[in-house]
Amino acid sequence: MNVDSLYQEIILDHYKHPHGSGLREPFEAEVHHVNPTCGDEVTLRVHLDGETVSDVSYAAEGCSISQASVSVLNDLIVGRSVDEGMAVLDSFTELMQGKGKVEPDEDVLEDGIAFAGVAQFPARVKCALLGWMAWKDAVSQALVTSSSSDPAITGDPT
Amino acid sequence: MTAVESSTTYDVARIREDFPILGRRLSGDLPLVYLDSANTSQKPQQVVDAIADHYAQHNANVARAMHQLGAEATAAFELGRDKVAAFIGAPSRDEVVYAKNASEALNLVARVLGDAGRIGPGDEVVITEMEHHSNIVPWQQVTQRTGATLRWFGVTDEGRLDLDDIDTLITERTKVVSLTWVSNMLGTINPLDVVIAKAHSVGALVVVDASQAVPQIPVDVAALGADFVVFTGHKLLGPTGIGVLWGRYDLLAELPPFLGGGEMIETVTMERSTYAAPPSRFEAGTPPIAQSVGLGAAIDYLSAIGMQNVAAHEQAITAYALGAMQEIDGLTVVGPKEAVMRGGAVSFTLDGIHPHDVSQLLDSRGVAVRAGHHCAKPAHLRFGVQSTTRASFYLYTTEQEIDVLVEALHHTKKYFGS
Repeated sequence: MNVDSLYQEIILDHYKHPHGSGLREPFEAEVHHVNPTCGDEVTLRVHLDGETVSDVSYAAEGCSISQASVSVLNDLIVGRSVDEGMAVLDSFTELMQGKGKVEPDEDVLEDGIAFAGVAQFPARVKCALLGWMAWKDAVSQALVTSSSSDPAITGDPT
Repeated sequence: MTAVESSTTYDVARIREDFPILGRRLSGDLPLVYLDSANTSQKPQQVVDAIADHYAQHNANVARAMHQLGAEATAAFELGRDKVAAFIGAPSRDEVVYAKNASEALNLVARVLGDAGRIGPGDEVVITEMEHHSNIVPWQQVTQRTGATLRWFGVTDEGRLDLDDIDTLITERTKVVSLTWVSNMLGTINPLDVVIAKAHSVGALVVVDASQAVPQIPVDVAALGADFVVFTGHKLLGPTGIGVLWGRYDLLAELPPFLGGGEMIETVTMERSTYAAPPSRFEAGTPPIAQSVGLGAAIDYLSAIGMQNVAAHEQAITAYALGAMQEIDGLTVVGPKEAVMRGGAVSFTLDGIHPHDVSQLLDSRGVAVRAGHHCAKPAHLRFGVQSTTRASFYLYTTEQEIDVLVEALHHTKKYFGS
C-alpha cells in the first residue's frame, strides 16, 4: 500500500486550505463528535432553510484525513436538499467501507473521490467518516428542531 | 552497574535473534523498526515455544482435574506465579493475584477497597494528572459510588510530578494514593519513596501502577514499601490476557472478593458462599493458564539477561533518541527532555503535522510508533496538545533504528511541506 494513494494532492489541499471552516450562526443544531480511539474531534453546526442545507459550519481538530473530509463535506452538502445530502453521505460511506473495491462516482462525490485510497487503510476510515457522522447527527437534530418549532406540526396552543 | 559497564557485555544483536518478528519485512520489503514497546512488547521465541509446548503437551484445566495432565497444567500454572513472585521480590507467592491485565487489577483494588468500606463519605483518594485512564476511571467510579472525593497531583512544565502541594493533598482524609511509577506518555519516573512515605504517615494505602516500570527496571516490592503494585504481562515480553496484582498479604486477606464464580470459593450453598484465601479469592473462573506459563518464560528470559542490564540499555537508548530527535527543527518532546529519572517512552509533537499523519508516514518507512492520546487525555490537556506521537524502546532497540526514525521524521516534514 503506497502512502501516496492515501495522501492525494486534493486531500492535502483541503487540509491546508479547508473550505467553510469556523462556526457560524444561524444554526438549528450543533453536535460535538469525538473519535475515542485517537481523540480527533469536530464541533459541527447545521443551518436549514426549509428543505435546503444552507450552511454547514465547523471547528475541527484532527489529522489531515479528518480535516480534509469535513472540508469536502462542506463543498458537497451546502446548497443541497437534505435528501440529496443524505444520498451523498450514503455514497461516501459506501466508498469508505468498500475496502478499496468500490468505484467512486465523481459526479456525486467530486473531490470526495480522492478518499478512495483511504478505504485501503482501515485505521484511517474512521478519520474520514468523523465529520460525516457528525453531519448526519446534526441534520437529524435540526429536522426535529425545525419541525417542533412549527406550531402547525406540534399543535402548540398559540 | 553503569551504562558503560553493561554496554561491553550487552549484545543487542544477539538478543534480537531471539525475536523472530524483528526480522520481518513489511510492505515494500522494508525492515520492521518496532518502536511501540510501551504499547506492547514483542515476544522472544522462548515465550512462543513455552506457550506452544503447553498447549501441545500439557493442556488441561487447573486445580480441579485429577488426571495427569491436570496435575502438569496446575504445576506449570503455579510455577508461573512462583516466577512472578521471585521476579518482583514478593515475600510470598500468595501475594501474587492474576488478573486479565493491569486495568483489571486496578479495577479490582478500587472496587474491593470501596466494598470493604476503606473508602467512604468524606474520604479522599489522590491520583495524578499523568495517569493512564486505567488509573483514573476506576478511582472516579469508586469515589462517586462511595461519596468520597477524588484529588490529584499536577504535573510541572518539565513533566515531573508537582510535589509542592503534597502536604495539602495528602492529609488525614486521604485513604488511598494511586500513582504510576513510570508515565506511559511522558516517560517520567516518579519519586515513589517521597509519596509512599507521606501517604503512610497519614495512614493511607499506596497503589502503584508499574505497567511501564516492571518491564524496564529492577523491581523489589518489599523494598518499595507500597501496599499494592499492578502490571501487565504483555509489556514484559509475555502474552496478552494476564495481569498481576501484588498486594500485602494482610491486606488481601481482609478484603472481600472482586468477581464471583468458580475457584474463588471455599464452599457454596444456595443461600450463601464462603470465600477462598488469597490469591484464589480474587481469581474467579478458569485462570490465564497458558499465559502464566508464557509470562514465566518471559521472566526467565529477562532474568537471564539481568534487569540491571535491561535498565541500563533502556537508559542509554533513550538518551541517544532524545539527543537525535531533539535536533529536528519543529520537534518538541512532551515530557522530560533528558534521560534522567526517565523511562523509554518519548512523546513528541512535530510542528504543523498531526500525529496520525506522522505515524502514517513513519509506517510507510517501516517505523511502527503510536499516535493519539495514549490513554492519557488529562496529561495531554496539561500540555495543551490533543495528541502526540510516541516512540518507545526496549531491550531489543538499536541506535540504528533510532537513526531510521530520525530520517523518517525528516521525510515526513518534507512530505507535508513544513
